[in-house]
Amino acid sequence: MDLDPEGIFRDDSDEDDDNLHEREANKEMVVYLIDASPKMFTPATTAQSDEKQETHFHTIVNCITQSLKTQIIGRSHDEVSICFFNTKEKKNLQDLAGVYVYNVTEREPLDRPDARLIKEFSCIEDSFMNNIGSRYGITSGSRENTLYNALWVAQALLRKGSVKTVVKRILIFTNEDDPFGGITGAAKTDMIRTTIQRAKDAQDLGLSIELLPLSRPDEDFNMSLFYADLIGLEGDDIVQYVPSAGDKLEDMTNQLRKRMMKKRKVKTLAFAITNDVCIEACSDYLSVLCSFTKCCCDLSINYLLLFVGAITWLDSISNLPLKAERSFICNDTGALLQNPQKRFQLYNDKVVKFSVRELSDVKRVASHHLRLLGFKPLDCLKDYHNLRPSTFIYPSDEQVFGSTRVFVALHSSMLRLGRFALAFYGTPTRPQLVALVAQEEVISSGGQNEPPGMHMIYLPYSDDVRYPEEVHLTSGDAPRGTDEQIKKASNLLRRTELKNFSVHDFANPALQKHYGILEALALGEDEMPDIKDETLPDEEGMARPGIVKAIEEFKASVFGENYDQEEAEAAASKAGASKKRKAITDAASQKSAAYDWADLADTGKLKEMTVMDLKSYLTAHGLPVSGKKEAIISRILTHLGK
Amino acid sequence: MHGALQEVENVCSTLLRKKLVYNRSDEVGIVLFGTKETCNDLAKEIGGYKHVVVKHDIKVVEEGTKDALQNLPRGTAPGDFLDAIVVGLDMLIKRFGNTKGKHRLCLITDSQHPLRDPPEGTKEDQVDTIAEQMKKHDIKMDCIVFRESGVQHNSVMDENDQLLYHFRDRSVAKVVQVDTPTSLLGALKTRIVLPVTIFRGDLEVSSNLKIKVWVYKKTSEEKFPTLKKYSDQAPPSDKFASHEVKVDFEYKSILEPDTVVPPDQRIKGYLYGPQVVPISSAEWEAVKFKPEKGVKLLGFADRSSIPRHYFMKDVNSFVPEPGNKKATVAVSAIARAMQEMNKVAILRCVWRQGQGNVAFGVLTPNISSVNNVPDSFFFNILPFSEDIREFQFRSFSSLPSSSQPTEEQQEAADSLVKMLDLAPPGREEILRPDFTPNPMLERFYSFLDLKSKEPDANAPPLDKCLRRITEPDSDIIDYQAPLIQNLGKAFELKDNPKRKKARTQERLNYTAADDQTKKSADPYAEKAKAIEVLYPSAEKVGKIGDLNPVQDFEAMLTERSSSIWVQKAIEEMQKYTTVLIENSPQGDYYQKALECIVALRKACIIEQEPNEFNQFLTKLYKRLKNVDDVAKFFQLLSSKNVSLISKEEAPDSDVTEEMARSFYLKPEASSQ
Repeated sequence: MDLDPEGIFRDDSDEDDDNLHEREANKEMVVYLIDASPKMFTPATTAQSDEKQETHFHTIVNCITQSLKTQIIGRSHDEVSICFFNTKEKKNLQDLAGVYVYNVTEREPLDRPDARLIKEFSCIEDSFMNNIGSRYGITSGSRENTLYNALWVAQALLRKGSVKTVVKRILIFTNEDDPFGGITGAAKTDMIRTTIQRAKDAQDLGLSIELLPLSRPDEDFNMSLFYADLIGLEGDDIVQYVPSAGDKLEDMTNQLRKRMMKKRKVKTLAFAITNDVCIEACSDYLSVLCSFTKCCCDLSINYLLLFVGAITWLDSISNLPLKAERSFICNDTGALLQNPQKRFQLYNDKVVKFSVRELSDVKRVASHHLRLLGFKPLDCLKDYHNLRPSTFIYPSDEQVFGSTRVFVALHSSMLRLGRFALAFYGTPTRPQLVALVAQEEVISSGGQNEPPGMHMIYLPYSDDVRYPEEVHLTSGDAPRGTDEQIKKASNLLRRTELKNFSVHDFANPALQKHYGILEALALGEDEMPDIKDETLPDEEGMARPGIVKAIEEFKASVFGENYDQEEAEAAASKAGASKKRKAITDAASQKSAAYDWADLADTGKLKEMTVMDLKSYLTAHGLPVSGKKEAIISRILTHLGK
Repeated sequence: MHGALQEVENVCSTLLRKKLVYNRSDEVGIVLFGTKETCNDLAKEIGGYKHVVVKHDIKVVEEGTKDALQNLPRGTAPGDFLDAIVVGLDMLIKRFGNTKGKHRLCLITDSQHPLRDPPEGTKEDQVDTIAEQMKKHDIKMDCIVFRESGVQHNSVMDENDQLLYHFRDRSVAKVVQVDTPTSLLGALKTRIVLPVTIFRGDLEVSSNLKIKVWVYKKTSEEKFPTLKKYSDQAPPSDKFASHEVKVDFEYKSILEPDTVVPPDQRIKGYLYGPQVVPISSAEWEAVKFKPEKGVKLLGFADRSSIPRHYFMKDVNSFVPEPGNKKATVAVSAIARAMQEMNKVAILRCVWRQGQGNVAFGVLTPNISSVNNVPDSFFFNILPFSEDIREFQFRSFSSLPSSSQPTEEQQEAADSLVKMLDLAPPGREEILRPDFTPNPMLERFYSFLDLKSKEPDANAPPLDKCLRRITEPDSDIIDYQAPLIQNLGKAFELKDNPKRKKARTQERLNYTAADDQTKKSADPYAEKAKAIEVLYPSAEKVGKIGDLNPVQDFEAMLTERSSSIWVQKAIEEMQKYTTVLIENSPQGDYYQKALECIVALRKACIIEQEPNEFNQFLTKLYKRLKNVDDVAKFFQLLSSKNVSLISKEEAPDSDVTEEMARSFYLKPEASSQ
């Protein structure tokens, strides 16, 4: 069974609609390099309470587990590998000391995450000390360089796959800002040099190295000590990396989680702001074109509606996947066709043929870019001007220098003047009017809540808007709430307010349940998980006397005193209606019992009966009564099993 | 009204075209008013009703209906819309009587002319009588009042508008005012979709406060029609051939690719990472998520806690149960309280029993501005936490100063935002989504119509009104030209030369598309051009001919579809030039060869392939410098300063300016 049989949550978007679906080729391979030195296991907070204190190691394990869970739902084709360094034990291909590549059975070291990996990794802390162990990696006296080893192992793991089609990343988690602090002299400079060289080699191969630093409670993580050189940061960029507010571990978890996700650019758009046509009188074939004041921006998807139901068909006996084969058959002759290239539409009862090319021509009403049309005040953007999830655009200087500057200038003008930009977005699949709403950056202690840029909101056309509120018009004026009633309603609103509401708090219960079940089945567990549905209202809270009173007052003011009683009566009369229905069915079954249906069917006398009589059979057996006489007869015959 | 007759014709044609596709049995009649002539039943039967012409009687839609809309006459008499409504109403009643069906009148007028005084009573009384008749026969009316912006309002217009609003107050009509031809195209609903509720039942504020509501779709994308696959197998003599193609799916086992697995032997496998978990439907049914049907309120929240970009899908409308006064009042009271306090409601909805998921969303008030339309709510779906991807972007304040606008630039941007105002005071909002038609669909239906007559026709270009949707209004742009140039000057935007090569194709594409709209004198030429950019024709490129080698070469460069073409063009040109020089008796072709080399050199600079040219020239020179005749050619090149491409001209070159200058001299020195 499909979980979404009505498809109300599914976009029947075209396959080539690159807006909503990122291309599969855009695969990612990640190696998580986790520092396992004893420093990671010291309490991460300065709080003096007796509660069990969390360690940075715990934070990281949590983060990665969460990220793996999201990944298995959303991007299960990406591959990951988890690798600890500064460990007692070693486990890696090169047999280098102090590096442990974590894995579970039936899985390559770098592979798609599976249920077992998530399950076992999430409780790794219990067994970590016994099985893997922790130690300081780089100490004076030893010639080991565990960080160097770790980078080498990670690079080796990421050997497969071409960098052209795969994004390869190494993520380093550590709270040690000065890994070579323990040693001095020539050994130190030498180690630093070789480690940085190793990182540079990896980056030259197209691997990106990212650092997710954790601040110690007593001191901030100092990037400039070593890591800025390792990942090749300069000047301003360092500021970006410094983690804020090390004392709130929760915020840090949040920041890590956000940073672990790689931004994926969907495409780069030219945003034509104005076009001043200045045709140069020159035979140069490139410059006899209009020059545009255009800037480029990157489009990224901040919302990807996930729905359950990625299925394949299996053979129920062997449980092996089946291959679907499609064949085209001519409806008139029954001949097998190759994929037909022509399409047709009945128009005025005539067949009008189109080639695929012609259809794509018709859809191309504008160039494949954003075209600015003008600006409107924000209140022109109504609540019902929406069709699909918005996308996010951020300027890019990669193709046109100075784009960012124009974008930033427009962004701040729009914010200050309270305008949004109306633009035409000419995708060939569905050219659409869009509203570009400037978004100011919102920063809280948990990091960036809203990035700066513009939201692209897809607007409906007049063909897409309906007016259901005008369907049932009364001849007189529609009744409105009086001031008194509105006052009561306001009181109700105040009482039932959700404080600090955020959509981040609500998980999709259908999705959670679906994947919970799958996880249990994949691991062969018998117990089905119990998922809490966070979207259910808080019954207990609603029963608080203040709220109950506010509701009662509102009810009395709007519905009158005796509303419940009236409702009960109405319900009773409805029950009367169902009684009536029952009476009809009874009458029909009596009537139908008067005939010997099997005999009538056998002798072919059904055709001679009236439709009313035939229908009595259907009503008596609870079958649909619609259709023409032939349809009714055939339905009766099917029901009789003839 | 004369100025907009073309648009009236267009919008009515679209309506007819859609009927020919979707509602073949609908019937349409056309009445013109304000015409010079008079021709209608009422005039014949009882007199009066002058200047109203029944252009087309109510008939099932056909080719002729569209023809009746061609070349609408420019009337000379003032248009009296009340007369026209009466004539239309009379036609409908005579044609259909009391038979069931949806009957509607569409009135398109500028309502500028004084109406004839009725023989008795006031005009309002007359409207009441007409409205009574319309109600009796269940006829609805759409009124579109079109007045070009800038038309001064006068008392006649106000009176006329009042009369139309009087129809609306009697709940028989809907009145919209538009002021641009483009919005006129969008103002008429060209396809009527029967509204269907997706939920009828209680909006549960709490377990003992329930409000009866009906939920409809408010927006729903009108899709591009899905065309059927065409089969040409049927013999041409078969008049009743459906030409349809059936698509069959067969599931075959991987092990035995020849056996088809019957449906009852198939089982669904759900993907969990790399694993496939087989579950039978029955098992799944037992464990799957089964929420109870119902719409429940979680609570109210501040509007600011739900930013606009959280709205995920098409929008629903919650209207109070029709005829239920108490529900209407309850919805109205809550909606108005929400509006006053700037609050929204958070809901959890399961529309149907057995639905496998919940819709989680936000309810916002929709306060009605029309007296007889009840207050209602809009409902937008919100994302779940899994749907949100919190990407981090660099904050603008931390960008390097080279990306920060200067004060002057900021000013230029400010003035641009102010100048390109689409909602100027004293005018209707321009390009309001509610009145903006879908240009792609408009174009498709007109193409469909064209194709039904001329099967080989090409897609028509967008007409002027529709182009107002896809690009800025050229009048405003011209008018504000200095300001726009200012903006262009204030910001120096340069294409990144390193990325230029890859982007040239796209730039060509982009500007070509734009060029065509600028000078769309010949629609077919422009289309051909666009197509050529997309699909370079095989004969045209790939060969450099003797007649116009330079042009051929440039054509090859411009009309390529991928970077291979650049390489190919350069290679071809090198070959051609070499042959030309080698086979040039007494230097006859040297001039031509010079032109070729100049073109090649230029192209190599633009395409960032300087080494390609330098190598070619060096090789050519080395090989041929001692051939007597050809030496003259090199002198010619030298005299025209056609030498190697230096670093100054193309950064990729490894030849200095000095080397380029002395290129032809060096060997001379050595030969001396």
